[in-house]
Amino acid sequence: MADVVLQPNRAAAQAARKRSSLHNALRRKSTVAFLMTLPLLLLIATLVIYPAFYALHLATLNKSMQRFVGLSNFEFLFRRETFWLVVKQSCIFAITAVIFKAVLGFIIAHFVHNIPAKGQRKWRGMLLVPWVIPPAMSTLAWLWLFDPSYSAFNYTLSFFGIGPIPWTGDPMWARFSVILVNIWVGAPFFMIMYLAALKSVPEQLYEAAAIDGANWWQRIWYVTLPMMRNIIAITTLFSLIVTFANFDIVRILTAGGPLDHTHIFATWAFRVGIEGSDIPLGASVSLFMVPILAIAAIFILRDVNKRGNEA
Amino acid sequence: MTTVTVDKAAPTRKVKYGSMSRDRAWALRWSYFFLVIFAIFFLTPPIYMFITSLKSSAEISAATNPWWVFHPTPENYIALLTSNQFLRFFWNSAIVSIFVVTITMLISVPAAFALSRMRFWGSATLATGVFLTYLIPETLLFIPLFKMFAVIGDWTGIQLINRWYVLLILYPTLTVPFCTWIMIGYFASIPKELDEAAVIDGASWIQTLTRIFIPVAFPGIIAATIFAFTVSWAQFLYPLVFTTSTDQLVMPVGIITSLIRGDVFNWGQIMTGALLGAAPPLIIYAFLMDYYIAGLTAGATKG
Repeated sequence: MADVVLQPNRAAAQAARKRSSLHNALRRKSTVAFLMTLPLLLLIATLVIYPAFYALHLATLNKSMQRFVGLSNFEFLFRRETFWLVVKQSCIFAITAVIFKAVLGFIIAHFVHNIPAKGQRKWRGMLLVPWVIPPAMSTLAWLWLFDPSYSAFNYTLSFFGIGPIPWTGDPMWARFSVILVNIWVGAPFFMIMYLAALKSVPEQLYEAAAIDGANWWQRIWYVTLPMMRNIIAITTLFSLIVTFANFDIVRILTAGGPLDHTHIFATWAFRVGIEGSDIPLGASVSLFMVPILAIAAIFILRDVNKRGNEA
Repeated sequence: MTTVTVDKAAPTRKVKYGSMSRDRAWALRWSYFFLVIFAIFFLTPPIYMFITSLKSSAEISAATNPWWVFHPTPENYIALLTSNQFLRFFWNSAIVSIFVVTITMLISVPAAFALSRMRFWGSATLATGVFLTYLIPETLLFIPLFKMFAVIGDWTGIQLINRWYVLLILYPTLTVPFCTWIMIGYFASIPKELDEAAVIDGASWIQTLTRIFIPVAFPGIIAATIFAFTVSWAQFLYPLVFTTSTDQLVMPVGIITSLIRGDVFNWGQIMTGALLGAAPPLIIYAFLMDYYIAGLTAGATKG
């Protein structure tokens, strides 16, 4: 009898203890924190880290993805002229575009910084428009400006006696156009970053430099640039990653043409992997972006952490 | 007394000040001059979009002055806004963006709170990891992801490729890391005393987040929301790879694949579509410029 009474009691007590320990566990900081970050962890693990390694695996398969072929996809790529063309073009594209974006952004930021504060907002707002429009949409406008038969640019240039320019038809001009559009899209981002950095340079430094008789060039070289060094480094490296991995602009403007002379890694990987349905080869192509991205990422991280320590 | 001394000091100062202000004035004039040139460079494509969108096909092929509209007509706008196909693209884009923004905020705000306030084992490494993930471009992952979803379709019979909702799974990989990162920045700037006070008053962690952190860091949340929206509205590669049927397409891909048929470019409609596609981010930007810029610069200039 007693047993019968006791047992449920004990069970209930146990259950209560269990519940309270579960309750305690749920109240514990680390558990709550873990639960809060769990969706993020799952997302990163399944949709970023896993695919990244899956790409490595895919790159070692043959076209029908049934046989392991080791590194022969890479061997095949190394023997193809187009591949080296793509490597060369990706580097030219990324480096030229980033340099011009950085320089243009720096110059524009200075001009905006120079004018009276109450007008700055308006100008900044106007100059950031290219960054706000979805790149796919604005590249369409450029495509239309470059149109072979109705090009608005050629129409304007014809008044100056400059003959029709094959903006997207000739390999060199096509490369120029692609880089130009990329600069157009990206320069405002640099402008905004540099403007924010310029505002944080203390005015007293310029006054001190002016008293010491520094001219405008010396002021930029000895005051502005050292003060902005970190932000310039981060912005440039970040833009290097984005530009190197660019897809939209090249895809819409030239689709890699004429004769593959504007293909960069991303567009060629798409052409080979999705349109040519050779997924392993496409994966191998896109993997070639990893080294340069990794180098840029390491430097960015170093700078970001340095900033964190300074703060 | 004081006025006298000021008057005395005035002549010598005035000369110097005058030359400086003359320099200033010239610098200002040059600044405006170059700013106007840059503004022309930056605004030409969108303005040209607008000019072309008002032209009829006849006027475009007449090859008159491309920079001017001689017979403005709303026919392109009418054609697109009454076409079911185009409205479908717009609708798909809107649905995808709204869902992605919601998912992003639901994932990134709690995670950012945990990572910035509740120090736990590996939290610092994880924060760095989130930033690294943000640096991985989508062009690196689209091929393995495509294959992954194809394999999932084969195994489970859940067809994800060529369905608009596959984008709800894909876009958060682009938005969540950056939104988490900027929210970590915003949360870290909230004084510690504030949540200590909340804990003393008996608030749970969840309450601290919803009652204190979210209201205080509201500007950051708006900035992150705007970022997530712009990214998901503008994304081009993933929908191009993962969706092909016209009823599953979103704006950017829809305009490019449906309005360009072979070699026939209907430029009037393409420009109208592009302008309408660019409108939502532009409108948000026009009204919430400061939040937009705050979100843009927060990633790098914090601290």
